Amino acid sequence: MEKSIVNTKQINRKKHQEDSFTVKTQYYTFASPPDELELESGRKLGPITLAYETYGRLNKQKSNAILILHALTGDAHAAGIHEEDGQTGWWDNMIGPGKAFDTEKYFIICSNVLGGCKGSTGPASINPRTGKPYGLEFPLITVKDMVNAQRCLIDHLEINKLLAVAGGSMGGMQALQWVVSYPERVCSVIPVATTITHSPQQIAFNEVGRQAIMADPNWNDGDYYGKDLPAKGLSVARMVGHITYMSDVSMNEKFGRRFKNEKKPFKFSPEFEVEGYLQYRGDNFISRFDPNSYLYITKAIDYFDLANGNGLYAVLKGIKAPFLVISFKSDWLYPPYQSQEIARACKLAGIEATYCELNSNYGHDAFLVEVDEQTHMIRHFLKKVSHSNKVSEEYAE
Amino acid sequence: MLNNSIRLDYRIILEHVEPSSSVLDLGCGTGDLLSLLVREKNIKAQGIEIDDKAIFECVEKGVGVFHDDIDTGLPEYGDKSFDTVILHQSIQQVKRPDKVLKEALRVGRKVIVGIPNFAYIKARFQIFFTGKVPVTPSLPYEWHNTPNLHFLSLVDFVEYCKKQNIRIESACFLGKKRKVHIFPNLLAEVGIFVLADDKQSENTNIITR
Repeated sequence: MEKSIVNTKQINRKKHQEDSFTVKTQYYTFASPPDELELESGRKLGPITLAYETYGRLNKQKSNAILILHALTGDAHAAGIHEEDGQTGWWDNMIGPGKAFDTEKYFIICSNVLGGCKGSTGPASINPRTGKPYGLEFPLITVKDMVNAQRCLIDHLEINKLLAVAGGSMGGMQALQWVVSYPERVCSVIPVATTITHSPQQIAFNEVGRQAIMADPNWNDGDYYGKDLPAKGLSVARMVGHITYMSDVSMNEKFGRRFKNEKKPFKFSPEFEVEGYLQYRGDNFISRFDPNSYLYITKAIDYFDLANGNGLYAVLKGIKAPFLVISFKSDWLYPPYQSQEIARACKLAGIEATYCELNSNYGHDAFLVEVDEQTHMIRHFLKKVSHSNKVSEEYAE
Repeated sequence: MLNNSIRLDYRIILEHVEPSSSVLDLGCGTGDLLSLLVREKNIKAQGIEIDDKAIFECVEKGVGVFHDDIDTGLPEYGDKSFDTVILHQSIQQVKRPDKVLKEALRVGRKVIVGIPNFAYIKARFQIFFTGKVPVTPSLPYEWHNTPNLHFLSLVDFVEYCKKQNIRIESACFLGKKRKVHIFPNLLAEVGIFVLADDKQSENTNIITR
């Protein structure tokens, strides 16, 4: 076993160097008035654009499609090298030829969520009624709304049934929502480092982030487009986020109590490496993320409650799709007990499921960095799912 | 006809599992038994295992498994939610065999228990002549690295079942290569029991010393 994991490690590294494919983001616009998308809140929204990317080839029966769902600040660019900016995808170590989500076998789709700011419709998009960015005019959105919008994209791609829905953190919530909303359209579910509902602790951290943004005078009730951005507020929100993604052990390993090199007179400027790192991460965030999107999306995941006060097993009852549930020992933001709840509900609902708590020191970040064990689990799980769903390797010309 | 290359204990268990039934294997290890049952009997398989390395191997074999401790991992299951619950070579490794067995009997219509026999003749000889804790094929560990927390003989197990009103439907005793028919508590390395919890004490003299 040890040996096979080491082998996978070597193969992965080798693969990673060899297979850097270029990708481009595509856009799908739908729900134009009068056919707007009705949101969970009852409000209507349209037109809606979703940015998405695909990797691999769809087979003849359109039965090898896997939808990857991204986390809070992720985007549609999950794998490969982006043809415009040369950026590598956020889950590139898991998606590609020979990787966990093998693009030689599967057709992978990833879209930026509704409410996002990386090409999909969100608070920074132009409100067709006013000709100006929505700002706080943007309606409240939920994880269910994100999934409903994705369903429109999947319809547009003429895919009737997804072989798998998979994602970590907020991506895992969407995967769970997918199978609950559309049980007939999902063959299997891979929720990683996620939960069926946020604990008060998770809501609390999000609230600190939101308050930081809203306390920034530049935030201006969300009306800052074309003016000075609430960069400092967003930066603090991101710093809090980063702390919760790491673990005590991983921070110790990464920074210790080391000091930054340059010596400046004492003025509360960052001295410890960890301070410098957080400030760097925070300050850079404004160049790639819209503060209002941060507010809307964190609220969406705080509201998320898959069981809606009922027993989760009752919600899952009748679902045929097998589950592969993964958590990480050192993840204190989405602790393993939350994944165990999902596994327990599967037991009660009679769903065929595998649950594993992986050993890792990386905290919540583990789902992005612990590649080898996840690859092993996901690859074999998908192999079995493909087999039981008779996925062919015939491709249209 | 079953392949003779299959381990003898697995062959015995196979005989007691109905085709296309549901099976829960408590302490399923690397999933060998479950994947065999899937292949030979087309069962609906579910395992519970505490060791993550073993879980990786289960996933490789396509066996669904929960990373959990069977000492605490059963309360979610409803009464009689599995046709068969298997506790093969695992009951001696849990903290509370009495509780686990009781839960297994609640969750399964039938429970198959496989135990290594501490009173096997070679074990008796080793204790008697060398004065050391026995190491046998069914108890292959040294005192310092054994996962076994409890040491019992086949007689111990039968007596326990009698006391708890657990009915032993059938029992099979295995030596190295074949079944043992006489003096099992002395000559068998492993005992495989099929249990039912119907509060009838019918345990006739299955075992003689």
